[in-house]
Amino acid sequence: MFDYRALGLKVGIEIHQRLNTHKLFCNCPSLLKEEEPPLWFKRRLRVSRSELGLIDPAAKFEQLRDREFLYGVYPDTICEVELDECPPLPINEEALTTSIEVALMLKMSVIDEIHVMRKIVIDGSNTTGFQRTALVAVGNENSYIETTYGPVRIKTLCLEEESAFIVESTPLKAKYKLDRLGIPLVEIATEPDIWHPEQAKEAALRLGRLLRATGKVMRGIGTIRQDLNISISKGARQEVKGVQELNAIPEIINREIQRQISLLEIMKELKARGLSDDAFNGRILEVTDLLREVSTGFVKRAISRGERAYGVLLPSMKGILAKEIQPGRRFGTELSDYAKVFGGVGGIIHSDEAHSYGFEEDLIAKILKELGGGSEDAFVLVLSSEKVAKLALNAVLERARLALREIPTETRKPLPDGNTSFSRPLPGSERMYPETDIPPINSKAIVEKVSQALPEYPEDTIARLIDTYGISQELAELLFDSWRFKLFEEIASNYPKISPSFIATTLTSTLTALKREGIPIEKLEDRTFIEIFAYLNEGRLAKEAIPEVLAELALDKTVSLEEIVSERYMTMEQLDKIIDAKIAELQREISERGERAYGMLMGRVMAEVRGRIDGAVVSKRVKKKLSEFLQKTQK
Amino acid sequence: MPLSYRGCARELLQVKGIEDYDLIRIIRRDGVELSGILIPRAKLEDDKHIVLKLRNGYNVGISIESISEIELLSKRGEIRKEKGKITHEIPVGKLPRVPLIVTGGTITSKVDYATGAVKPYERPEELLDLIPEISEIANLSYIPLMSIFSENMTAQQWIRIAKEVEKEINSGSEGVIIAHGTDTMHFTAAALSFLLEGLFKPVILVGAQRSIDRPSTDAVLNLFSAVKMAVEGPIAESMIVMHGSPSDDYAYAIRGVRARKMHTSRRDAFLSINEPPLAKITRKSIEIINKSYNKKRKDGEVKATEKMQDRVALIYSWPGISPDFLDFIVEKGYFGLILAGTGLGHVPTVLIPKIRELTKDGIPVVMTSQCLFGRTNLNVYETGRLLLDAGVIPVGDMLPEVALVKLMYVMGKTSDIDEIKRMMGENLRGEISKFLSITVFPPGRGF
Repeated sequence: MFDYRALGLKVGIEIHQRLNTHKLFCNCPSLLKEEEPPLWFKRRLRVSRSELGLIDPAAKFEQLRDREFLYGVYPDTICEVELDECPPLPINEEALTTSIEVALMLKMSVIDEIHVMRKIVIDGSNTTGFQRTALVAVGNENSYIETTYGPVRIKTLCLEEESAFIVESTPLKAKYKLDRLGIPLVEIATEPDIWHPEQAKEAALRLGRLLRATGKVMRGIGTIRQDLNISISKGARQEVKGVQELNAIPEIINREIQRQISLLEIMKELKARGLSDDAFNGRILEVTDLLREVSTGFVKRAISRGERAYGVLLPSMKGILAKEIQPGRRFGTELSDYAKVFGGVGGIIHSDEAHSYGFEEDLIAKILKELGGGSEDAFVLVLSSEKVAKLALNAVLERARLALREIPTETRKPLPDGNTSFSRPLPGSERMYPETDIPPINSKAIVEKVSQALPEYPEDTIARLIDTYGISQELAELLFDSWRFKLFEEIASNYPKISPSFIATTLTSTLTALKREGIPIEKLEDRTFIEIFAYLNEGRLAKEAIPEVLAELALDKTVSLEEIVSERYMTMEQLDKIIDAKIAELQREISERGERAYGMLMGRVMAEVRGRIDGAVVSKRVKKKLSEFLQKTQK
Repeated sequence: MPLSYRGCARELLQVKGIEDYDLIRIIRRDGVELSGILIPRAKLEDDKHIVLKLRNGYNVGISIESISEIELLSKRGEIRKEKGKITHEIPVGKLPRVPLIVTGGTITSKVDYATGAVKPYERPEELLDLIPEISEIANLSYIPLMSIFSENMTAQQWIRIAKEVEKEINSGSEGVIIAHGTDTMHFTAAALSFLLEGLFKPVILVGAQRSIDRPSTDAVLNLFSAVKMAVEGPIAESMIVMHGSPSDDYAYAIRGVRARKMHTSRRDAFLSINEPPLAKITRKSIEIINKSYNKKRKDGEVKATEKMQDRVALIYSWPGISPDFLDFIVEKGYFGLILAGTGLGHVPTVLIPKIRELTKDGIPVVMTSQCLFGRTNLNVYETGRLLLDAGVIPVGDMLPEVALVKLMYVMGKTSDIDEIKRMMGENLRGEISKFLSITVFPPGRGF
């Protein structure tokens, strides 16, 4: 697709993994809830204005919005710590131990005395206005992971607290739930050694496996996420935050490359059109009256709601806004992102696409004229209040002006198709100061304890599964990635009669298939699987019945395996009765064909008993009954 | 710049001529290279680690045993001053003058991001820069009087503050704000209530439960509300103005002799005990809740009492307290005793002979209750009647800490035991209620 080496692609990844333990600085459970929080508190965050010049652009950006934050609390599982109503408790030692375990598995140098820091974050996602974070280990010459595209060095490993979950956000107000705030997160950052999109995916996969090897990480959607730092040599660094699907990584990188190339082309084109910085001095003007003749529904509705139309001129930019920069995203979409984020508007209308909203050419020309422009220019309109329009359109103007000079470094949000959208300017160097409420922690004792018994490396586990149980590489990897390899080992060693491959398939592809059908397989407990295989081992359950039994158990919590099996389980007497009945039905055929009627008889019997009794048992019994019948009738 | 390290770490650094805040490089035995600014080390920490602030902002402590090489990269002398331009301008208009007397506490300090050190603000502009909305309603001036943790306050310092308030109010200030640590803020508030005679302008103590270096600080709402109350409120008393809930939406003004810190850390830690708060203050309004208060006047003269008897003790009674515990009162030369008794105002009866001895010696013994809510009543049980007979002074629903401060004040004025008794039992500043509404307990259920 691209010549990545020539483009100078550089990617670094940051993996964030939630740990399966209570919160990092209090004893609250790391429990996410779905219901609406019963209590809400209102807060504001403040940093001194004199520091704004120095505060990172992200902080400034949030500060300028002077927002109100609402925090939802579940009083039974959220305490004073999350609400910033009391100082933090000492760091969760289990979480710290796990982070050190991961660091040692990556052969990193653990910091001798760990200092918890406060990283200023004033978007409201932390009630304190900062995120507590500690550098636990740094990379050395031995700290790297191998990929098929070459090694990727590990830079740092931090232990930090998860932010609050955002429920709703407008420029004036943001709502968060505090159930997620404070869950321990291990953050592993690589050097920007990655030069190929597939390499990024591979590196993420390997790091993810390594984390899972500790057995102490959370599983499920959102519990692990990747941030990608992407740049090409002529472009600018972008941080795509919160990628959850490994498979999406290469596409996101490719599309980012494409975006940067397109933006560079736009820059060239704008320069060729002789644009300069001071060309973007257009004023924001109201054009509501011009729009009254438009028949477009949403425009009419907005105006009748009392909203007004404001516009700004983008000189010499005709056609640029329609230029595609990623599949399905145009430069106009980038401008629209800025208007949405900074102004909180639903979207923009721009001249390159106004006709698709039913604006006649004549009207487009009138608007351009009203804004002081002509046919070579472009405009952007928003429908809103004056205050919002100013926020939105000034941001649009600023973004358009930047297009002439540079690709702005941004934090971007991944979209399902692999594109990304603007979420905020990239923070500068972080403002950090010590968390004075937590004394420094000497790591020596933990390092000594942990180094004595490091978890098995994922590749060793996979190799051992293949060796010991004779399953395929693919199954072994699937088992590891599905988290169920320990369960597999328990079942396979308890029931040597059952084929390990069958156990492995059940725990992997069978479950995946059920999941695709919408069965909530996450409700199945390890205990259930062990029981099922015990029944199978005793011949009380047929292999073929397992998927159905699993589905039933996952869907109905009240049903026990015992109940399901006894309902399905077929005694030999019952089987005999069925065989006898079928023989009677097929009497004529059997008499004609003799032993050769077995296939037909077996088929009829199985059609009735499938899933309730093992096929091998049925076959034996059918053969016996058939020969008995033939003997009897031939006599 | 000095070097704050001691012991082994000091030796290692001194040899290289390294001082605090110098940029240094450390090479560890495992080959890892770390460079950063040498962060000063607190005296309470060990001498086995060197702390660097790395370029990524993180602080790390490096064990001196793991160090193979250490190198001075550059002398930083002092961390480059953050050239934050103060955008705020003090308005020179007709806004009422409100001085902010700074006594210490976290409300008036800022953090240095380079080192993490917390330093007091030096100029009011810095504070106004954080809370610019104050300058829309008042002309705030800044009086750095002292810089102490509030647990280290003494009666002498209360008097110092009172004299400063006297000076400010008599010279035309619309009210006085006192920035104070929260631990003993209610002691100071009570002391000022008594010390300031003829008060005709508001005196407001304010503090922060979350230090001002945190973006979530409660100081913004507290300080703004205090200034608003000082400028726009009708009440001329010593008050505490702090958060009314865990949200940043309103503050309560609580009468100094009724305030008590009732939570170690919450924003709304201060409660008004045995009476509703005086007022609820939002960004936009002041709602008077308790209509009985000393009204603000245009003219007047306030006089600060300059004498307190600080050899007064406060004892929290417990089951099994032994009479000899009270011996120190005489032995160490204390002139007065407040008892925080149990229930209606009781102590074990074995203490009564000792208490009788004290009162006979002319030492006033005042009875308050650990319950805090409700009045003492020494007529209900025999122990109470015996205590009265032993000469104990009951003070109704006065809080133990307020009784302590009041006794210091009263004994600064007179040593006549009958006069002391009379004054302790008399309501001087709203510290004893005539009327106890059923709605003031339990607190926080509306007033």
